[in-house]
Amino acid sequence: MGAAPGALEAHLRSRRDAGRKLLVPYVTGGLGEHWLEAIEAMAAAGADAVEVGIPFSDPVMDGPTIQEASQRALDGGATPLGILAQLEAIHACVPLVAMTYYNLVFRTGHRRFARSLAASGVSGAIVPDVPLEELGEWSRAADDAGVETVLLAAPVTPDDRLAHICERSRGFVYGVSVMGITGERQSLAESAAVMAKRLKAVTDKPVLIGIGVSTPAHAVEAAVEADGVIVGSALMRRLLDGADPDELGALVGDMRAALDAG
Amino acid sequence: MGEPSPDGRFGEYGGAFVPESLVPACLELDQAFRSAWGDQAFHDEYLQILEEHAGRPTPVTNATRLSERLGVRVLLKREDLTHTGSHKINNVVGQALLARRMGKHRVIAETGAGQHGVATATACAMFGMECVVYMGEVDVARQALNVFRMKLLGAEVRPVASGSRTLKDAINEALRDWVASVESTHYCLGSVTGPHPYPWMVRELQRIVGDEARGQCRRILDGSDPDYVVACVGGGSNAAGTFAGFVDTEARLVGVEPAGGAAVGRGVPGVVHGSKSMLLQDEHGQVSESHTISAGLDYPGVGPEHAHLAAMGRAVYVAADDAEVLDALQLLAVTEGIIPALEPAHVVAWVARAAGTDDLPEGSTVLITMSGRGDKDAQQVMDLLG
Repeated sequence: MGAAPGALEAHLRSRRDAGRKLLVPYVTGGLGEHWLEAIEAMAAAGADAVEVGIPFSDPVMDGPTIQEASQRALDGGATPLGILAQLEAIHACVPLVAMTYYNLVFRTGHRRFARSLAASGVSGAIVPDVPLEELGEWSRAADDAGVETVLLAAPVTPDDRLAHICERSRGFVYGVSVMGITGERQSLAESAAVMAKRLKAVTDKPVLIGIGVSTPAHAVEAAVEADGVIVGSALMRRLLDGADPDELGALVGDMRAALDAG
Repeated sequence: MGEPSPDGRFGEYGGAFVPESLVPACLELDQAFRSAWGDQAFHDEYLQILEEHAGRPTPVTNATRLSERLGVRVLLKREDLTHTGSHKINNVVGQALLARRMGKHRVIAETGAGQHGVATATACAMFGMECVVYMGEVDVARQALNVFRMKLLGAEVRPVASGSRTLKDAINEALRDWVASVESTHYCLGSVTGPHPYPWMVRELQRIVGDEARGQCRRILDGSDPDYVVACVGGGSNAAGTFAGFVDTEARLVGVEPAGGAAVGRGVPGVVHGSKSMLLQDEHGQVSESHTISAGLDYPGVGPEHAHLAAMGRAVYVAADDAEVLDALQLLAVTEGIIPALEPAHVVAWVARAAGTDDLPEGSTVLITMSGRGDKDAQQVMDLLG
């Protein structure tokens, strides 16, 4: 696949190549009053991109924290296109990556959904229940709209398949740290380093490790082999507990500082 | 009803929309089932267990008094007479054998009414496997008897408090468990739903219902097939197994959905729990909650092959509401001495309503799959009838 890297991948590559470890925090779209400000605060605190969850009623890859965040956002009236319309208005100085489940894409329509992402300034998309085999219709629409579809690789993914995933992934490659769903964990799984090493061996695209990255120490540990990390539940738990955007920004700042210190 | 396409499609429905963590397991399961189902020794053991432990073959009963009452000839395929009390045992015995063949010693399952959970717990006890059953909190309350049975059988029942706290959420939680445990655990899915190969595999493991019934009906009907073959549809496993035996006959196939969970009748195409099918959902794609007194049919989706059969016009899907289901349950009890589960009572309800109309003309012969017995619902029905 000789396609030139998209804007998201180019942005992440240039930062990585400048020696920086990448940090991508996650925010559930539509959660509470201040989710947009939370995105801006995280970006200002040193995030390299922000992942925005578009909540789905049945999130099978998510643990209790993101489930609760999603349910609260839905109870508050959040809708996919409503969230995207709100994103249009903000000034995050870093790329945005949408994370959602396939039925929302399918119901909205592949092309309409992809164009809506692009129109809202979202440059990437993660749709975890669309594996390589089912990618066709969505990736055609996303590619046409200039939205980079990030694919997941898992510890159980065999080597030949891993190479294929890396080849087809856009923006970056999302390495799943551990066999399991999203949620905070006491320690980073040993499988995280193995996952990152296996991915780095077959791709030059940015490799980010996600799921269970809960503390600055975890982030540093994961980023030894990987190019960076994705942090979701640890931040969303604080948001659910009532933290304001500045506090979330400070948490991201702590992770940034830890990663920069190595 | 043949094999799905290599990518698990029945027409435009089906597929395997699962996170990458589950893709290798789905591929492995497809290979394992393909190999087992082509292996005579596997078939023999599956049949032997169903005969020796589960009471197969189940009879077809002439429902004489009900037939007189309704003016159509009713035959009942008696899955209610199996060990554990429903057709669910057919699927579970096959999947337990498959789990053993794949070297997996832990089995997880979801359950709505508890019948699939009880069947899974039973098979795990027989095979000495660890068993965890996810069940929505609402269902734990309304099917307390089955919860106790599962525990007696050595299974751990984990109540699910998320979402609508029914079958849909139990499946979510089982999938979440499986994402973390897939290397050691087999997910024994109870219906013709989920990612490929489940809709195909579970239908094949249930086709014994339709295959037996076809031969039995021909003996009863002097070589003829019934005019109508009717089964209830939640996810749709007993209907899929029944229809598989009759799809190449002239019989009209009818699936009866609960009025408050009619995915084929009122849904639109969508993707949940790993496959594309008809789905009750809102305009944004959020999955709706179904509402029915029948825990076993309380599901906003339906197996993809049913969506396909409906799209082709080979089967039609109708609905029965809670009130007529309660009437039908009592009707079958007093005319035939059979107390059905609330799920197949939906079929009796539709047959009673349709008999003598253009939908089911007087004098027709109709086979009903009596998918389960009513013991599990006795407390709930007692409360509902006051």
